[in-house]
Amino acid sequence: MQLTLRVWRQSNPSAKGEFENYDVYGIDKDMSFLEMMDVLNQQLIKEGKDPVAFDHDCREGICGSCNMYINGRPHGPWDKTTTCQLHMRAFEDRDTIVIEPFRANSFPIIKDLAVDRSAFDRIIEKGGYISVNTGNAMDANAIPIEKEIADTAMDAATCIGCGACVAACKNSSAMLFVSAKVAHLNMLPQGKVESGERAISMVNQMDAEGFGSCTNTYACEAECPKGISVTNIARLNRSFIGASIGG
Amino acid sequence: MKLVSKEPEGILSEKWTNYKSSVPLVSPANKRRIDIIVVGTGLAGASAAATFGELGYNVKAFCFQDSPRRAHSIAAQGGINAAKNYQNDGDSVYRLFYDTIKGGDYRARESNVHRLAEVSTNIIDQCVAQGVPFARDYGGLLANRSFGGVQVSRTFYARGQTGQQLLLGAYSALSRQIAKGQVKMYKRHEMLDLVKIDGHAKGIIARNLITGEIERHGAHAVVLATGGYGNVYFLSTNAMGSNVTAAWKAHKRGALFANPCYTQIHPTCIPVAGEHQSKLTLMSESLRNDGRVWVPKHKIDCVKPARNIPEQDRDYYLERIYPAFGNLVPRDVASRAALYVTNEGRGVGKTGVAVYLDFEDAIKRLGKDTVEARYGNLFEMYQRITDENPYEQPMRIFPAVHYTMGGLWVDYELGTTVPGLYAAGEANFSDHGANRLGASALMQGLADGYFVLPYTIGSYLSTQIRAPKVDTQHPAFAEAESEVKENLSALMNIQGDRTVDDFHKALGKIMWKECGMSRHGERMTEAKEKLGNLREEFWGKVRIPGRLEEFNPELEKAGRVADLIELGELMMDDAINRNESCGGHFREEFATEEGEAQRDDKKFTYVAAWEHTGNPAKAKLSKEKLKFENVELKTRSYK
Repeated sequence: MQLTLRVWRQSNPSAKGEFENYDVYGIDKDMSFLEMMDVLNQQLIKEGKDPVAFDHDCREGICGSCNMYINGRPHGPWDKTTTCQLHMRAFEDRDTIVIEPFRANSFPIIKDLAVDRSAFDRIIEKGGYISVNTGNAMDANAIPIEKEIADTAMDAATCIGCGACVAACKNSSAMLFVSAKVAHLNMLPQGKVESGERAISMVNQMDAEGFGSCTNTYACEAECPKGISVTNIARLNRSFIGASIGG
Repeated sequence: MKLVSKEPEGILSEKWTNYKSSVPLVSPANKRRIDIIVVGTGLAGASAAATFGELGYNVKAFCFQDSPRRAHSIAAQGGINAAKNYQNDGDSVYRLFYDTIKGGDYRARESNVHRLAEVSTNIIDQCVAQGVPFARDYGGLLANRSFGGVQVSRTFYARGQTGQQLLLGAYSALSRQIAKGQVKMYKRHEMLDLVKIDGHAKGIIARNLITGEIERHGAHAVVLATGGYGNVYFLSTNAMGSNVTAAWKAHKRGALFANPCYTQIHPTCIPVAGEHQSKLTLMSESLRNDGRVWVPKHKIDCVKPARNIPEQDRDYYLERIYPAFGNLVPRDVASRAALYVTNEGRGVGKTGVAVYLDFEDAIKRLGKDTVEARYGNLFEMYQRITDENPYEQPMRIFPAVHYTMGGLWVDYELGTTVPGLYAAGEANFSDHGANRLGASALMQGLADGYFVLPYTIGSYLSTQIRAPKVDTQHPAFAEAESEVKENLSALMNIQGDRTVDDFHKALGKIMWKECGMSRHGERMTEAKEKLGNLREEFWGKVRIPGRLEEFNPELEKAGRVADLIELGELMMDDAINRNESCGGHFREEFATEEGEAQRDDKKFTYVAAWEHTGNPAKAKLSKEKLKFENVELKTRSYK
């Protein structure tokens, strides 16, 4: 295939970015999207130009590093698929593909398509854990946990922290990300002790980072590569309100 | 160099308990004054950094990714072993120890492996307490599955995302210590050198990957938990950023590198599709619990659709050759068998370099829903990559580089040959011998980080309680920093006409062909020459765009590839030296008539530890003799 790529280029956080067009040739439909980007970058380097910076690592859809906004959708046209797992058979020969970074005030651009998502780490630091030091645990089978609860907690825990929910939201809200972690931990017996405080302090940090409010458009769920459900947002709200009133 | 393993005396099963009771402690008041650097935040690094923080040490943790949660441990799929015997199927600490020693083809240290088996049960307890949502049965208790090379079900799992859940558990513990100020986290930082003062590790030189700034960081001890070096093959299941640089720089500063030729080729990966391929994707070994591996009996059938080949024309070769273990033989055995049948011309798919992994019988026996519940996410991943539906036609799989058993040589305390420098997880060589069993990497990473290092590092740090805070103005820091800067400038100034990836692919091709699943002494000697030439060519012709003082991923890659080329030369030395076949190291000259690996216990029951001499082509060998006091060395048979 032959494609035209319209790529966001921005040399540093304060530079004024702009789109640039590139043609790439010899793209195989079995290539992943990032392998197609590799072809572009090899071409740019050989032409003496600056390659496009983007984050990527595992290339198997689990590390959450890759984050391209492709033709107006986080991670592109395939549902429940990260950028690295998107394959070129999703496109037609001679297509033009528009590639942007995940845009949100709380994700400042580092260079080109690479953004700074450390706001997510700072939210986790405010309560995305169960306070147990190494060596304090009782036998793993001491507390049976209903299979359904364990499975639902696992559904929430599969979040990869990529930020697609934020990029998809017109308000740049991080509610799906925050709620997935709160729901995962608050649902389990081990996490109940700190459940109220966890919900409040993680939401407070989310606000402090400048993420917007949730207005229930569910764009986050639609674009989440791991299919995290908005039901978790309801669970978070319940924990948050319960703790606020109780406190 | 004389290698002192520091194994405690006494009965095997009491060694660790006795060690813990007698190891010198560091008082809480002293811990507050002691700094530890941890490089890497995968399972071993994150768990170590979190636990050091909990104990009261001041920790500086480093990762090259944009968040500690993205370390490549996250991609481990199948599970984690523990000798819990929850299934009442006869498992025990001793059996896990024995299976690991045998699986490693008798090339690991007994005392280390027994300790690993002992702490395995604590790991599961710890992870459940952290909220890791392991799979459970309807009674609410933890579920287990079986993995290759063993006859019990001792593997705990969280769907096909066990590594992710364990890493997020360790990351959450780490985040808690970051919030408390016990750990200072340096993200998007890469260690580029080790700093030694009076022979002891006292810090690192790191590059801030966003600004390009070179930084000095001092500490009373340094822990490397920087993973394996599978990317020396270019194509592997490792993440794109996985690299050997931190360990290699430590090696160049005096840490011996052990058994580099022991690499694991995982039997069930999605086959290479074409020249564009940038990495390979694993399909969890757990699939071999229910999937059956086969190729057509006759070459002529290889091009037919799989479903058109009748039962009697299929060769379920693992079941045929290894009836006792069948599809669940260890990884090295399964991989080599796949190589043989494809070499015979019976491979399938467009390239002919693949075998089938078929779920037809499993779907008949269990129903599609059960198969989907067990492996649904893996099937989806397979379909996204290959555009084929594994519910309707068999998967095509082929072996790929997955894990490296070799690594920095460490003693029982996980200390390297540089005092004050430790190595944990895949970065060390210690527990898996010549072949790692499935679901044991996660176990080892977390064992080292949560339960071993926090004790053993105290033995060294108790000697450092009077040492003042490390002064990064010391000339040793200045010298290391200027060497790093010179090296980076040298790379930038080459401005040749070949990209870093060109060289990386060339390296990978040589390594995969000559130091992969099947190796030969003479061919490797030639290959080593080629690597030497490649190294020279790299330093004469590589082209790196951009500047030093900016976010420059090509520069990062270039530094890593330069180190991988040198490592490749050492791997060849090690593989040429080891005139036997064992585990993942298979030498064509040393095989039985049936083509099975032939060990030479008389000559090679030792750890090969290599010392850097200043010339990457001329490393010096030291040997640590392995003593087997509890296990009798046998020919591994899975027939």
